[in-house]
Amino acid sequence: MSLTTEPNPPPVVSLNLLDDPSAGDISDFRSNSLWRLTIRRLFKQRSAVVGMILLSLLVFTAIFASVIAPYDPELVLIGKEDVRKRDAPCIHLLGCPAEKPQHILGIDGNIRDQFSRLIYGTRVSLYVGIITVSFAVIVGTFLGAIAGFFGGIVDNLIMRVLDVVLAFPFLLLAIAIVSVIGPGLRNAMLAIAIISIPVYARVTRASVLSVREMHFIEASRALGASNWQILFGRILPNSLPPLIVVATLGIATAILDTAALSFIGLGAQPPTPEWGSMLAIERNQVFSAPHLVFFPGLAIMITVLAFNLLGDGLRDALDPRLVHGGGAAKE
Amino acid sequence: MTQYTIRRLVAAIPVVVGVLIVTFLLARAIPGEPCTAMLGEKATPAVCEVFNREQGLDKPLSTQFLIFARDMMRGDFGNSIRFKRPVSQILIERLPQTIELGAAALAIAVIVGIPLGIISAVKRNSPIDVITMIGANIGVSMPVFWLGLMLAYIFSLLLKDTIFQLPPSGRLSAGLQSIPFYEVFNLEFTAGTFKASLYQFLSNFYIFNSIITADWKILVDTIRHLILPSVALATIPLAIIARMTRSSMLEVLGQDYVRTAKAKGLSQNQVVMKHAFRNALLPIVTIVGLQLGAVLSGAILTETIFGLSGVGRSLYEAITARDYPIIQGFVVVIAVGYVMVNLLVDLSYAVLDPRIQLD
Repeated sequence: MSLTTEPNPPPVVSLNLLDDPSAGDISDFRSNSLWRLTIRRLFKQRSAVVGMILLSLLVFTAIFASVIAPYDPELVLIGKEDVRKRDAPCIHLLGCPAEKPQHILGIDGNIRDQFSRLIYGTRVSLYVGIITVSFAVIVGTFLGAIAGFFGGIVDNLIMRVLDVVLAFPFLLLAIAIVSVIGPGLRNAMLAIAIISIPVYARVTRASVLSVREMHFIEASRALGASNWQILFGRILPNSLPPLIVVATLGIATAILDTAALSFIGLGAQPPTPEWGSMLAIERNQVFSAPHLVFFPGLAIMITVLAFNLLGDGLRDALDPRLVHGGGAAKE
Repeated sequence: MTQYTIRRLVAAIPVVVGVLIVTFLLARAIPGEPCTAMLGEKATPAVCEVFNREQGLDKPLSTQFLIFARDMMRGDFGNSIRFKRPVSQILIERLPQTIELGAAALAIAVIVGIPLGIISAVKRNSPIDVITMIGANIGVSMPVFWLGLMLAYIFSLLLKDTIFQLPPSGRLSAGLQSIPFYEVFNLEFTAGTFKASLYQFLSNFYIFNSIITADWKILVDTIRHLILPSVALATIPLAIIARMTRSSMLEVLGQDYVRTAKAKGLSQNQVVMKHAFRNALLPIVTIVGLQLGAVLSGAILTETIFGLSGVGRSLYEAITARDYPIIQGFVVVIAVGYVMVNLLVDLSYAVLDPRIQLD
């Protein structure tokens, strides 16, 4: 028996959107998917829009890094230009003498152009955030889905093991894992991914538990769908909204934590232009060359902020209780 | 209540056992032989064989684990490789510093975060609310290590020779020393007993120690050294607590009974604090409890930046030096402590919300 006889089940959350004046009339609802409604609601929120703008700029910077950056990020400028170690920023428009080469964020401790390194760092950070979270989401969703769907011993076993992971402070376990598998950007990402698995497993499990009891699942079962077909074809797609929110916020945390690991020397290794390690190398020079510490940190903050704003916006846009992106309650 | 407490304690046992297993395996999985790490150049195969037999490292892994678990339960963490001293002694010296830092950070986060959240919720969409929420968004996105360095730069260099100048590192200024209260009061105890450990542990809380010995100079100096690291450490929890308080309050303020309370003619203060805030507390307490893990993680970074030799930094150094006993002991103590605090948070629900019937 094929599953195609069953009409597409209505997404769980969108049912509640009927109460939402912004959701438009009913014909609108039918032709619109949950996602179109969500996107429309997303654009109504100032902070989410700010997040999306920041993120677009970051993605743009990452893609066109080689065009934007005036120098190669790993190029040592000794003998090529008249610059010294940790030179302060030199911007021609702001009165830096025209005969000196322009380095808008100054020169780092290895005589490289800090601005170019910062630009290329965008690539590293976005890559880190997205790959780490994708890995954690795939594994976490799988585990959480199985735990929630089958329940019983399977559920208990999986969730108790994940509880142990949660019993450790985040960074502590990450440091321990990296010391086992060895320092390096990839290993740091793997450690962060492993540690974030429980979060995604829990979220998926919770929504699987709630979707499992719905009528259309019963209908699928009556039509003869197998457990796996129901789990992956019916339940999981309907568990997506909360997962997307958590994953977006998770990218922010992943970027922040990988930068922290790089900062203590366990993540990206020089000369990779990674913001955390750039900051770490120059941290003892914070009093003499603050620009070398300030800008990489600022870059981390802006990137993390972009994902946080977008994640919050998505949560509000997907939350049926919230109307027009405001708080849950009206005074 | 007692029944529930017992049930929760029993439920925590598998987690603690899991923590022990993970710690044990991780410590053994770190590359490098303990013998070579401990003895360095002298580690010839013959010497290592003797060493392994002495340390019980030649036994099967399962036996090693049982011995390890037994020792951990007894609070016997072995001797540090680098310092050649009992790990428990090192914990006694360093744990208070981290607790002091973490407690100060959490206190700042709660004392500033909750009122900010309440004001934002009550004066929703006002400039205060908008600024607080923008600040909170930036706060959660801030790398702790960066903030720490920038604070050190601002307060010890830019504001040098002003009254706002603060020390960038260390726990006390050079030349100052905190005198343990048991020396001041001439308390007697024999070394190595529990009483001795307790006294030493307590005296390493410099703030506590300087207050009871009335040493105000040390107190002021300790606090001055504590400000920058604890503010850096408090930022993220503060932002999260402020946001949680705001949304929790907004939810409660929209309830009918709040309207009723207002209609009765109660003052704004009474409605907000007595009716709304108490009921908004539950999610706030949860989030505060969860922040403890963040504070411990952040402590590793903060202690490194501010040159404090607390648990976080010691642990990081122990991992680099493959000082297994320290790694094991510290990780177990931190993780078990973390589990216990989360348990306390769970139990506090019952106190805060009488509707929750625990047993």
